[in-house]
Amino acid sequence: MTTRIGRAFLARTRPLLVACLVAGDPDIRESLAMIREVERAGADIIEVVMPFSDPVADGPVMQQAIQRALSAGMNTDSLFSLIRDFRSESETPLVLLTYANPVVQRGIGAFYRDAARAGADGVAVADVPLEEAEPFCTAARDAGIDPILFVSQTTSDTRLERIVEKAGGFLYLVAALGVTGVRGNVDPATIECIRRIKGISPLPVVPGFGISSSHQVQAYSQAGADGVIVGSVIVKEVGDRVGRPGEMRSAVREMVRALVADMV
Amino acid sequence: MIESTRFGEYGGCFVPETLMAALEELEDGFRTIVPGTAFQQEMDYYLHEYAGRKTPLTFCRNLSRDLGCRVYLKREDLLHSGAHKLNNALGQALLARCMGKRRIIAETGAGQHGVATAIAGAALGMKVEVYMGEEDIARQALNVARMRMLGASVLPVRSGSRTLKDAINEALRDWVANVRDTHYLIGSVVGPHPFPTLVRDFQTVIGRETRAQVLEKEGRLPDAIVACVGGGSNAIGMFTPFLGDRTQLFGAEAGGEGPGGRHGATLCRGRPGVLHGTYTYLIQDAFGQILESHSVSAGLDYPGVGPEHSYLMDKGRVTYREVTDDEAVDSFLYLSRTEGIIPALESAHAVSLARSIAPDLRNDDILIVNLSGRGDKDVSQVAALAGDRL
Ligand SMILES: Cc1ncc(COP(=O)(O)O)c(C=O)c1O
Repeated sequence: MTTRIGRAFLARTRPLLVACLVAGDPDIRESLAMIREVERAGADIIEVVMPFSDPVADGPVMQQAIQRALSAGMNTDSLFSLIRDFRSESETPLVLLTYANPVVQRGIGAFYRDAARAGADGVAVADVPLEEAEPFCTAARDAGIDPILFVSQTTSDTRLERIVEKAGGFLYLVAALGVTGVRGNVDPATIECIRRIKGISPLPVVPGFGISSSHQVQAYSQAGADGVIVGSVIVKEVGDRVGRPGEMRSAVREMVRALVADMV
Repeated sequence: MIESTRFGEYGGCFVPETLMAALEELEDGFRTIVPGTAFQQEMDYYLHEYAGRKTPLTFCRNLSRDLGCRVYLKREDLLHSGAHKLNNALGQALLARCMGKRRIIAETGAGQHGVATAIAGAALGMKVEVYMGEEDIARQALNVARMRMLGASVLPVRSGSRTLKDAINEALRDWVANVRDTHYLIGSVVGPHPFPTLVRDFQTVIGRETRAQVLEKEGRLPDAIVACVGGGSNAIGMFTPFLGDRTQLFGAEAGGEGPGGRHGATLCRGRPGVLHGTYTYLIQDAFGQILESHSVSAGLDYPGVGPEHSYLMDKGRVTYREVTDDEAVDSFLYLSRTEGIIPALESAHAVSLARSIAPDLRNDDILIVNLSGRGDKDVSQVAALAGDRL
């Protein structure tokens, strides 16, 4: 069964932009407005981050956004209603990014069923590597959700093969050794890694972490990437304008438009 | 791929993919380097010549008279640095050096593990950087100064609650970015596999010595052993050689303000979940957000616990009980005055639990308390709390 994510990559004529926001940032109601802006500005896939109190894979920009969302009362129930509201008016593919504990506390099976019912297409769990992936991937497939797994430049070929067997939707390539954040430079090890993965994987490969410039988009797509994931630069537009919703919306819209224009 | 060691259903390695190569490398070093003669000889030198092992198992005449059984203290307070943390810091630093790492990072709450790591770094000629929450830096000025004197850098953590759990988050973030030349020297039996096993093995020297010492002095095994549980390293190090015996084992958790109040009693009051790379009991809300813990002793102020303790509790092999802040302060003064030994506030939790189980023991029963550290670091805090009891 092909999900909205699979269809988007099959139909692509240019690299896809996966645009990322934190659910509940700056607050629960305004968060839906932000997601709508990102979609209308032309993002191909929306990635929504479920806030977690201890986000070890995230840098300062995402950490602060997560903190804002948790302070605003964001929780797993409000996450799913946010996704449901978005899905009621849009067919754009949506990926949910979370840490393991919110999934485990809801019950792994229940989490994926609720995610599917709300309208999510893929789920990535930042702190679930291959070793722990089995129950998460099984629950995802049972619910009709793509289990999105991570790979990185430190992932060996044999490991990569096993990840490709389990994963669905696309491979999330961590494009920098480190946490999320705005970096802007092209990592030669990531270029090398994209080529290596392309030789092994039939799944689309999408780098994320530290991507913000057209220069990076170009370099990575030339190496064979099927899209890029952009998070911190968008989320920073939100964080810089807390309390000014009008400006926040237009800043996010402008940022995503500029990024889409770079997807050639 | 790591065949992850689990303790029943607990443990595992819940970390970002970017860290897996480092964990695999560490596990490999742990399995191949640590058992080798060369490593064991080096470790022997550092533990015995340098750190002052073995530590005494002291028969306490006054405590025994007062509590009505034969009470011994395992004296980790007499280890160089003043706490058991050095056993693990030396072991991991040595392993890191053998693995060709040049830089060591660590997290610290009270500063005890930071100081132990700074000592190990100085002794082994390795660069040490310690993450510490801003709150804790303000509360533990003495240990911050000690770490700096020992040549380590102290890196303030401003994220989250600015305490131990955030210092661990920051150390993990650093490690992800610098996996190639850096070792993360974690301070307790927490974190992803292989850390809970690795740290346990370096701390088991406590229990091995204790077992031999009590057999020599008494010709029999103890009836009960008590240790405090923060992350759980001094407790697991003490318990491990006795797990197959009939000795009753007790863990003292931070009961904090007591029933209804803030606490650090992860096993007694928590629920299983995933934090810092491992599946274990946690203090968390219904949706799985981690809550802040509280304890009068910074070393027990952590919302998680080593996964092996979760397993030992579920299996019924170890009994875990809460000791409140007030009870700990009371036992801090009690041990100081009864035996002339000032315990760390963490260890005072174990002393308090020993006092409450003693009435169930007979006159000739043997009770051992693991005195994980000395109380110099806590003197001014306790002076302020004890008020007119001083
Ligand atoms: C003296 C002492 N005892 C106990 C602990 C708690 O750690 P663990 O439970 O890992 O032994 C600490 C931690 O800082 C400590 O300094």
